[in-house]
Amino acid sequence: MSEISVEITGLKKSFGSLDVLKGIDVTVNRGDVVCIIGPSGSGKSTLLRCVNLLEEPNGGKIVVNGVELTDHDVDIDRERTKIGMVFQSFNLFSHLNVLANLTVAQRKVLKRGEKEAQEIALRNLDRVGLKEKANAMPAQLSGGQQQRVAIARALSMDPDVMLFDEPTSALDPELVGDVLGVMRQLADEGMTMLVVTHEMQFAREVADKVIFMDGGYIVEEGPAAEVIGNPQEARTQEFLARVLDPTHHGPSDPA
Amino acid sequence: MALSKRKRAEYFRYSQYTLLVVVALVIAFLADWEQIRTAFFNFKTMGDMFPNVITIALKNTLIYTALGFAFGLALGLVLALMKLSSIAPYRWIATIYIEFFRGIPALLVFIGLAFGVPLAFQIQFDIYSTVMLALGIVGAAYMAETIRAGIQAVPKGQVEAARSLGMSQGRAMITIVIPQAFRIILPPLTNELILLTKDSSLIYIIGLARDQYELTKFGRETLSRSPSLTPILVVGLCYLIITLPLGYLSRYLERRSGGKKVSVL
Repeated sequence: MSEISVEITGLKKSFGSLDVLKGIDVTVNRGDVVCIIGPSGSGKSTLLRCVNLLEEPNGGKIVVNGVELTDHDVDIDRERTKIGMVFQSFNLFSHLNVLANLTVAQRKVLKRGEKEAQEIALRNLDRVGLKEKANAMPAQLSGGQQQRVAIARALSMDPDVMLFDEPTSALDPELVGDVLGVMRQLADEGMTMLVVTHEMQFAREVADKVIFMDGGYIVEEGPAAEVIGNPQEARTQEFLARVLDPTHHGPSDPA
Repeated sequence: MALSKRKRAEYFRYSQYTLLVVVALVIAFLADWEQIRTAFFNFKTMGDMFPNVITIALKNTLIYTALGFAFGLALGLVLALMKLSSIAPYRWIATIYIEFFRGIPALLVFIGLAFGVPLAFQIQFDIYSTVMLALGIVGAAYMAETIRAGIQAVPKGQVEAARSLGMSQGRAMITIVIPQAFRIILPPLTNELILLTKDSSLIYIIGLARDQYELTKFGRETLSRSPSLTPILVVGLCYLIITLPLGYLSRYLERRSGGKKVSVL
């Protein structure tokens, strides 16, 4: 029986009259990699953003490492330091160089000393293969490098779990591999990861569990080989057919 | 044979140049240069104005403007944050302040502050405080809108990244958003500084002692003892010494920021 890292029950989220999440239950075991796939607008990014309360849920419960984040008495800022997040658009702090990007939250939030923060930052830059870019500004880096720096920034807070929100969707195709390589390495090291992605190959090879979402619900979930390799639900089959073989598929909605 | 469109445009351009040269020559021949010289270029008056025009007037203009700008920037930042606050009364107060002080002449604010406030509240400021408050109060109203626009121009992802690292709302604002906002609004802020430099000419109204004169007051005072308008020309040039480099700086900063425009209401 493995320890539970993230437990989401009955999660509901709406924007105005638009219901985006209509009751989601997800359990992530410690050390597991869970990939969330699904068409755009299915609510998968919103689900991920609810996990660290970047989006405030309208209903349901989110428990991360035994702390209920949806409890209003919880110090959410403190809990967020243990939940790393990587964004589609990198979001490196554009006025700070790479090293400062990695140290600023360590220093201001975790109150680490400058020397300690820099050591941790450099160690994590090394992990993503960018130690020599410590003094570069974000704008001087390629998209793939920026995303690896963003991963190192999140890792510098020593998180228990990492959230990835379509981390390779904004990258040129030839840069995707570097970022996925770093993520794969993290998974191998035993990091608990919740990944929203369109990279089916990555999900198939790395994920312990794949969740397929559509229309605000979880349609199908299970081991990667089953959900991606042998989907049971019609909607999952339809989606995967489009993603895996886009050229042999007509438009679904002949308007 | 009819001229081609391009030929016509070319002749039209030449005729414009010719016209300009003719006008310039006519003015040059008709003008009474001796009269103009005595009206604006009285070298004795110019000599008499130095060094005080620099050591007192220009210096004081710089000090007054700097004080007003510093106070205005601080107050403007507070107003901008109030305007973006989730607490409605803060937004109302900021809006009322901005609309009020942008909508009335700066001169009226200075009079009110110099004479009304001491009368009403029984407090007397020294000259530097009065100038700082007067220029700052007016400058803040303009700068608040610029700063607000700058803060809103910082991409939302920057705040989300900061919050996801555990920073509080306020910490993210101070450490991440405001430094970036100021980079964005450096060009328009430089323009505010130019406007404030010129507005500092209005503080003569609060009553200045001789060693407190700024450029305009100094010019007018010298003018009253001068047979010509030379003092006005001299202090005018002194303003340009300040404002031209600032204008150049503003355009340089704008070019450097890649022409990223901020919409200022």
